[in-house]
Amino acid sequence: MKALRHEAEALSKTGVTIREADPGDAVAGVPPRWVALPESTAEVAALMRVSAEYDLAVVPVGGGTKLHWGGPPERCDLLIDTCCLNEVLEHATGDLIVRTQTGVTMDTLAETLAGGGQELSLDVPLDGATIGGTIATAAAGPRRFRYGTPRDLLIGITVVLADGTVARSGGKVVKNVAGYDLGKLFSGSYGTLGVITEATFRLHPVPADRRWITVELPATEHREDGAGEMVTSRRQSFPGGLESLVAGLAASQAEPSAVELDWPDARGGAAVTVLVEGTAARGRALAVRTLMGEHGTAGIADAPPGWWATPPGEDVLLELRIPPAHAHVALRAIAARGLPARVRGSIASAVLTVALPADVGEVAFAEFVSGLREDLGPLGGRLTVLAAPPELTHLLDRWGPASALPLMRRVKERFDPGRRLSPGRFVGGI
Amino acid sequence: MTLQEPARRFGELLGHGAVITDPVRLRTYECDGLTHHRVTPGIVVLPETAEQIASVVRACNEYGLPFVARGAGTGLSGGALPRSDGVLIVTSKMRRILSVDLANRRAVVEPGVTNLAITEAVRHLGYYYAPDPSSQQVCTIGGNVAENSGGAHCLKYGFTANHVLALEIVTPDGDLVELSDDDPGYDLLGAFIGSEGTLGIVTKVTVRLMRAPETVTTLLAAFKDIEQGGQAVSAVIGGGIVPAAIEMMDALAIEAAEAAVACAYPEGAGAVLIVELDGPAEEVAHQFGEVTRICEESGAFELRVADDPAERAAIWRGRKSAFAAVGRISPAYIVQDGVVPRTALPEVLASIDRLSRDHGIRVANVFHAGDGNLHPLVLFDDAEPGAGERAEIVSGKILDLCIEHGGSITGEHGVGVDKSRYMPRMFSAEDLDTMQLVRCAFDPRGLSNPGKVFPTPRLCGEVPGVRKGVHPLVESGQAEHF
Ligand SMILES: Cc1cc2nc3c(=O)[nH]c(=O)nc-3n(C[C@H](O)[C@H](O)[C@H](O)COP(=O)(O)OP(=O)(O)OC[C@H]3O[C@@H](n4cnc5c(N)ncnc54)[C@H](O)[C@@H]3O)c2cc1C
Ligand SMILES: Cc1cc2nc3c(=O)[nH]c(=O)nc-3n(C[C@H](O)[C@H](O)[C@H](O)COP(=O)(O)OP(=O)(O)OC[C@H]3O[C@@H](n4cnc5c(N)ncnc54)[C@H](O)[C@@H]3O)c2cc1C
Repeated sequence: MKALRHEAEALSKTGVTIREADPGDAVAGVPPRWVALPESTAEVAALMRVSAEYDLAVVPVGGGTKLHWGGPPERCDLLIDTCCLNEVLEHATGDLIVRTQTGVTMDTLAETLAGGGQELSLDVPLDGATIGGTIATAAAGPRRFRYGTPRDLLIGITVVLADGTVARSGGKVVKNVAGYDLGKLFSGSYGTLGVITEATFRLHPVPADRRWITVELPATEHREDGAGEMVTSRRQSFPGGLESLVAGLAASQAEPSAVELDWPDARGGAAVTVLVEGTAARGRALAVRTLMGEHGTAGIADAPPGWWATPPGEDVLLELRIPPAHAHVALRAIAARGLPARVRGSIASAVLTVALPADVGEVAFAEFVSGLREDLGPLGGRLTVLAAPPELTHLLDRWGPASALPLMRRVKERFDPGRRLSPGRFVGGI
Repeated sequence: MTLQEPARRFGELLGHGAVITDPVRLRTYECDGLTHHRVTPGIVVLPETAEQIASVVRACNEYGLPFVARGAGTGLSGGALPRSDGVLIVTSKMRRILSVDLANRRAVVEPGVTNLAITEAVRHLGYYYAPDPSSQQVCTIGGNVAENSGGAHCLKYGFTANHVLALEIVTPDGDLVELSDDDPGYDLLGAFIGSEGTLGIVTKVTVRLMRAPETVTTLLAAFKDIEQGGQAVSAVIGGGIVPAAIEMMDALAIEAAEAAVACAYPEGAGAVLIVELDGPAEEVAHQFGEVTRICEESGAFELRVADDPAERAAIWRGRKSAFAAVGRISPAYIVQDGVVPRTALPEVLASIDRLSRDHGIRVANVFHAGDGNLHPLVLFDDAEPGAGERAEIVSGKILDLCIEHGGSITGEHGVGVDKSRYMPRMFSAEDLDTMQLVRCAFDPRGLSNPGKVFPTPRLCGEVPGVRKGVHPLVESGQAEHF
């Protein structure tokens, strides 16, 4: 107990607000001992130095909306909650950039930027999601098709490393090739390399107009072709014509910003919604509707459908990536597994989120994951488990194969030799 | 150690025709586009496959030899400057386009393929590869990946890093590894791009192909002076328009271009602005109206418009020849490559003008106005004693200006050997130490393009300064060891 007291004292001597953790602070079921609420990069650095001194395991947290993503940490002493890193530091409208602390939520940032007629072209996600969490999970919504993911829009970053070192890379100009791009390295790093405290993004003007064009695709029967071999003899239902529709949209001169699929039930039909943005959005929407009209009744709306930019579920979520031309094969493979899966995502980029019911069962879940990996791996498909309670994941590797894993381990060793930052949460048990 | 034994070994690995040791032939490779740094390489090898590169790198590890990759050698920061005690690995024999996959909008190519060759392979199908450095006819995709190259169109379309989906690399210890956008884990692909050959050698590149836009309209506006042009740029961006390209030239740059290619830009122009709009026809038509209005309101006295390829080429000719053209009006020059926030452009250009007058050195300005990337051409007469030194001083002070205004010491040409000494002006020791962590993870022995990018790389075993000595908290009595 003496040691514990010393640690607590050392933490509180940093001057940062510290509280004892309560059960609600658990990270994927693992309870921390303390929660710290730093207000600046320097305070995060002070916390990290004490953590290094006392060998405390640290997990950063933003809005906590995705804290159950990734594996449970091997150990967790201190939660660094970024909620008080909540200042938008600089919005330079003329330069189309914003510099912000990372505890700022995505919707607060969106509001601030809208004041200047600009936006960060990542869709604003779940309530409370922060900039830091969005970068650390590399999450992006429908408009990834046109604008990419956080790594594509991030131009500068400040991070605090395991030993308290504060490091910056990039800057506040869009064009910059001086030194290594640590922003990219930290994108999608799940809190395992350091705490991201500040970020600078390139912005876009808010488009003058937006239109969403939706077509409902009925379920149809399918029994033919090469893909049939893979999904064996089971009777298939599958949204008809999806393949040619998506190919047509992706190549369309109307330049869609997003091409999204919503497939609430693997035995039924699906909806495809296209977003076009810009001064001429109306005219382009008509062109898209004509294209989509060949596949069903298509309608134009000036607001997104209710499911837009939201995950298809909560507790059991998978991410599937595949070369776009094979997206329909992936959907068919999901249907063939016979579980009540819900699928949503960027069909033209073929980055799809799959939700399963929480009571799917350990064995069925493991078979679903490994079966799809076997089916789709040869086509370049990757399946990762974003979120699933530990009870479901005993039998499998959440992340699946990564060819550069040995290099990734070496990166982790250099940045966090003591394995104190979110240990065990990431690919290969990093 | 002499290089005879390694040379013999490389001959066994690659065939003797693929190894150059003859001093005269080695001289071909003694510099890249930055010709005032020259080093004759110890050995040059010309591999044809990724496996051959891996075998060469493994052998280099055995002998402890440094190695440097080279594409077309168009780099302007001395990134491909060889080592006299090492091996230069040249990719010029690896020029195959391995596959074009339009259904997935991607192509897989070898590292020695030129940037333009990718577009040429798919243009007739209505697709192209977006990043377009001005050197695109000759520079290689491997070099583009190493430099994270961009071009006039990166304001709208981004850089190489935004268009590469996967890489096959040979790591500095000789393993063939795939870095892919789709793989789970750290974004090593993103970290590798722009690492200037210090994290390994690219052996295969998967690039994203883009649909050619429906319409392209190019506009040239002539202004009395550069302030008016700058005002127009701000108003365009402020008006919510992101042009495909927005480029500016000042009077001296125009003079040079006229002397070289007779581009017949409007007479009496103190600045010209080139704005290119692309996208859906209806969208472009609307934006064109806006840009025209803005230019006129900002004082443009002549506007020219091109909507076909020949007219467009005529407008771009002066801009694209500007670098080579200054040779017509000055015996020698330095091409600088700094970046400032766009809103700082007027102030920085005025300061450059002052520097130029104070030092008696002419500076011609050609720049990517949309993203604040300056390419001042610092002109001097190398026959005049002291002029070269003065030009160097002006060129360095321009970089200081960029840093002062929150910009960067390089927007597209890279750090290389040329600017490594400026890195500490832009980054703190901690920032640079942190970058070294990446370097050490990939290249613990420091064999891959050593001496580039970083001024004084720390040895990989060395612990960064932060953890040396007594901990500050302990020292100040705020914490204790137990
Ligand atoms: C189908 C689907 C659609 C989505 N659509 C969008 C979308 O359109 N746009 C979008 O932006 N997002 C989208 N998201 C995801 C959403 O972005 C995440 O909820 C959010 O990014 C997580 O933020 P958070 O602050 O709640 O992070 P948390 O849940 O607090 O943390 C998430 C992870 O990041 C780490 N972390 C948090 N902060 C830091 C930090 N400062 N430094 C280092 N590591 C840190 C944590 O340790 C943890 O591992 C979508 C997700 C799904 C499944
Ligand atoms: C007239 C002119 C105009 C230019 N315009 C632009 C421009 O608009 N935008 C721009 O960004 N650049 C421009 N450049 C700079 C240059 O063309 C680019 O940096 C280009 O990417 C270099 O390609 P390269 O094949 O010539 O590479 P090299 O000069 O041969 O090498 C450049 C760097 O890349 C490394 N490298 C080369 N191949 C590999 C490989 N296979 N694996 C790992 N590392 C490798 C080298 O070690 C070196 O560090 C211009 C140059 C000239 C001469």
